[in-house]
Amino acid sequence: MEERIRTVLASFEGKRNDLIPMLQAVQDELGHLSDTAMKEIASYVGMPESKVYGVATFYSQFYFEPRGEHEIKVCLGTACHVTGGLQIVDAMERELGVKCGGTTCDQKFSLERVNCVGACAIAPVVMVDDDVYGRLEAKTVKEVLEKHAP
Amino acid sequence: MFSLTINGIEVMAKEGMTVFEAAEKAGIYIPTLCHHEDLSTFGACRVCMVEADGSLVTACRAPVEEGMVVRTDSPEVRQVRLSNVELILANHNQDCQTCDKNNNCKLQEVSAFVGVTPERMQSMRRFVKDEPVDDSNPFFYRDQTKCIMCGICIRACEEINGVGAIDFAFRGYETSVSVLGNKPIYDSRCESCGECVERCPTGALAVKDQSIAEREVKSTCPYCGVGCGVTLGVRGEEVVSVRGTRDHPVNHGELCVKGRYGFEFINHPERLTSPLVKKNGAFEEVSWDEALDLVADKLSGYREQDGADSLAGISSARCTNEENYLFQKLFRMAGTNNVDHCARLCHAPTVAGLATAFGSGAMTNSIADIEEAAAFFIIGSNTTETHPVIGYRVRRARKKGAALIVADPRSIPLAEQADVHLQLLPGTNSALLLAMAKVIVQEKLYDDAFVADRCEEFDEYIEALESVCLDELADITAVPKEKIIQAARIYAENTPSTILYAMGITQHSHGTDNVLALANLAMLTGNMGKRGGGVNPLRGQNNVQGACDMGALPNVFPGYQSVISPENRRKFEEAYGVELSGEPGLTLTEMFKGAGTGDIKALYVMGENPAMSEADTGEVKEILEKTEFLVVQDLFLTETATYADVVLPAASFAEKDGTFVNTERRIQRVRGVINPPGEARSDLEILCDLAGRMGMSGFDFSGPEDVMEEIASLVPNWAGVSYQRLNGDGLCWPCTDEADPGTPILYTERFLREGGRAKFSPIVYGPPQETPDENYPLIFTTGRVLYHFHTGTMTRRSRGLNALHDRERILMNPVDAENLGLNAGDTARVISRRGEVTVEVKPAPQIKEGTVFMTFHFAEACANVLTNTELDPASKIPELKVCAVRVEPA
Repeated sequence: MEERIRTVLASFEGKRNDLIPMLQAVQDELGHLSDTAMKEIASYVGMPESKVYGVATFYSQFYFEPRGEHEIKVCLGTACHVTGGLQIVDAMERELGVKCGGTTCDQKFSLERVNCVGACAIAPVVMVDDDVYGRLEAKTVKEVLEKHAP
Repeated sequence: MFSLTINGIEVMAKEGMTVFEAAEKAGIYIPTLCHHEDLSTFGACRVCMVEADGSLVTACRAPVEEGMVVRTDSPEVRQVRLSNVELILANHNQDCQTCDKNNNCKLQEVSAFVGVTPERMQSMRRFVKDEPVDDSNPFFYRDQTKCIMCGICIRACEEINGVGAIDFAFRGYETSVSVLGNKPIYDSRCESCGECVERCPTGALAVKDQSIAEREVKSTCPYCGVGCGVTLGVRGEEVVSVRGTRDHPVNHGELCVKGRYGFEFINHPERLTSPLVKKNGAFEEVSWDEALDLVADKLSGYREQDGADSLAGISSARCTNEENYLFQKLFRMAGTNNVDHCARLCHAPTVAGLATAFGSGAMTNSIADIEEAAAFFIIGSNTTETHPVIGYRVRRARKKGAALIVADPRSIPLAEQADVHLQLLPGTNSALLLAMAKVIVQEKLYDDAFVADRCEEFDEYIEALESVCLDELADITAVPKEKIIQAARIYAENTPSTILYAMGITQHSHGTDNVLALANLAMLTGNMGKRGGGVNPLRGQNNVQGACDMGALPNVFPGYQSVISPENRRKFEEAYGVELSGEPGLTLTEMFKGAGTGDIKALYVMGENPAMSEADTGEVKEILEKTEFLVVQDLFLTETATYADVVLPAASFAEKDGTFVNTERRIQRVRGVINPPGEARSDLEILCDLAGRMGMSGFDFSGPEDVMEEIASLVPNWAGVSYQRLNGDGLCWPCTDEADPGTPILYTERFLREGGRAKFSPIVYGPPQETPDENYPLIFTTGRVLYHFHTGTMTRRSRGLNALHDRERILMNPVDAENLGLNAGDTARVISRRGEVTVEVKPAPQIKEGTVFMTFHFAEACANVLTNTELDPASKIPELKVCAVRVEPA
């Protein structure tokens, strides 16, 4: 793994202001930012690893655990909120057996809540990877999941 | 200077000062939670709000201006301050009654000052983060529910220690102080130095199980040669806390994990409390009279029967100057110069080499001016682990832009931050140093004027240098030539450049040559006699410099006055009132040989553990077993003491008065704060009592101060030293009379050699005595770790230090480990020509392929079972750093 990280880092000069692009590039390669990856980045940039972690954890775009094959985003923007988005969250968490922010044991799904995906007309909405599912109800959640993991 | 008014009072302040500093100077209190005088300004807590020229600003960040009008107590300021403190309190665990910091809490103090009322506290939302206390560190707790996000711990870690183990992580309400991966602090890079704990304003970071001290006394740390000032907290007969002494010139309150938390040994139940005599193979407790009479009879008997040279004494770099002085006095008055101590195993080549080059064998500069170096050349010193508080200074200087060259076979922590890391093969130092000198001369980077004005034998040196070939030397060291050239340029082109070195240079069969090669480099580049320059041997033990100064060496009286000189002898004979031997005595390594052959009948070991620290301890133990009469004087029943005929219980540094000399030649006070346990006595009392029983006079001292008077009268470099003068910052010798303020930097005007010039010494590279071969294919090298000290007699008795580093593991490159079929955690046999140990394996990429590394802290797997006894001819130091071994799965 260290090899892969170093290969990605080699295209950077190691300047501090490249830190976020470096974090992004390494996440693109590995799917998430492991402790090892952040240590490598820290030593490459010459800053304490705690600082790299501090920067990475500030942004919601970075993940610290391996991600599932499919990314589920349950929308909780205003429209989804008032049309029962929270029930969808509950149903997803129940079906998958993980809390928001988690990944299923079989590494199939990662679950997240987001604020508005821009499809308010069909609220409540869930996105699985690039597919959008609208007007969901708690009981139809299972069907959505089965489409992606038959 | 600016003139401003604060609360109607006119205050003068320098340009660049903040309003906070100006107010503090004028004695006007401004509350703050995130500001700390040792650290950079942060401005997070918003509690130091003041009104400046009508607008609200944070006093800690607002620079003073001419004519500024500041109010710290207007109704608006009060309201804002109160609101800000209440916002902090709203999320703070308010369980004050059970908090370790109760009544010692900055948040309580500030809350009271800004006027937080019980009614407001009642009405506040009590919502505290649900985070468990992190108790993974053996010395302190981290309780995030009490954290107020002031960031003092983060800045302390980064700006004082320099490691930067913690930082703010996450965002918004979730923000917390965290290590990489939000793990327990034990699993991070934290070095447990406690600088954060010391400064935390609340109970978020608090020392575990600490009793509150009844009284505090200033003394000197008993661990490494840095010699930090410590303030010991005492309760009854127990040392309960250690703080760094804030106004101390060496450490300004900073300490490392050993100094701050490693004091459990003092009140340890295993301390020796009664003299022991071996009867029928087992130790029996006896009275002092019986024990000392026996020792006196035996020593006097052998002296009569076999001559005074059948006695030998090993003095102690752990004991005070006064005790070392008396130890050598006792043996010299008995008629022998067979006195030595463990400097033989560490810096004997320094004493020999630097005295040859400059005239005196000690660190040339002071710890305080290290930070002023423009470039550091650190060779054979793992500074951040073995001399941590000097390590902090190196890291700080590095952050401020100083260049850093590290030469070490291992990728030590400082190597990560270096401009160049020269990962040389163990034992090839002189080749590397010759190569660097060659580059400096070839590229004409040397300091013509300095060489011409202040040095001699330059032409001979240059001539010798012409015959060496850069490529060949680079091949020997296994360091790419380009890196050597780069390092030489950095060292020569920056001014001032300083050299820091330690055992990696000295513990070789060519140790003295290595030291001379370093001296040559410093002379070439004119880095002598100025701030931030010099050749700086970092000495390992609290008083190893002092033990050398006090003549616990076989060839010199106190003050490095040669025993061969009839004039010196006359001086000491007059003072001691007996005839003295003019024959240099045996060195420590030779004493063991002598004891092995039976020439040495009685061996007296004070505060030293050769059964673990000598090379080839297997043989040493056999010799100790055979030695006719062995006396050991120590705090504990050490590995060496088990072989003794008589064991005498000694007092620790906390139980006696005296002085230590640190690595920068600073003579400092040590102050007793409690009584020794049981019947234990200070080494000084024991030696004086024994001398009396051996019929010697001149040992009736009223205390250490009295002894110091005698020392000052006999040692010219210490002539101006007295206890009264040592009460402040101590004194760096040479201090030749009462008006002399001491000499922090040597050789500013002239060198101490005859004629006042420094001398170049041509050297040639010689390989280590043992190189890898078919049967022993790996190079074995040794060292120390941050959490333990030497043979572990003190640190391994600290539960906390053991929790941080609990066992020995041989470090080897992952490639070598794989080739041998060894995984992390496997057990391996490590075999040299002298012995073998069984030890756990830890693959570590920091280790160069073909080499393996162990420490000598752990008796159950002691590196020195394996090490080579081959000596450096000039200084008689064994080649502890290099030998050949074979590693096999066990």
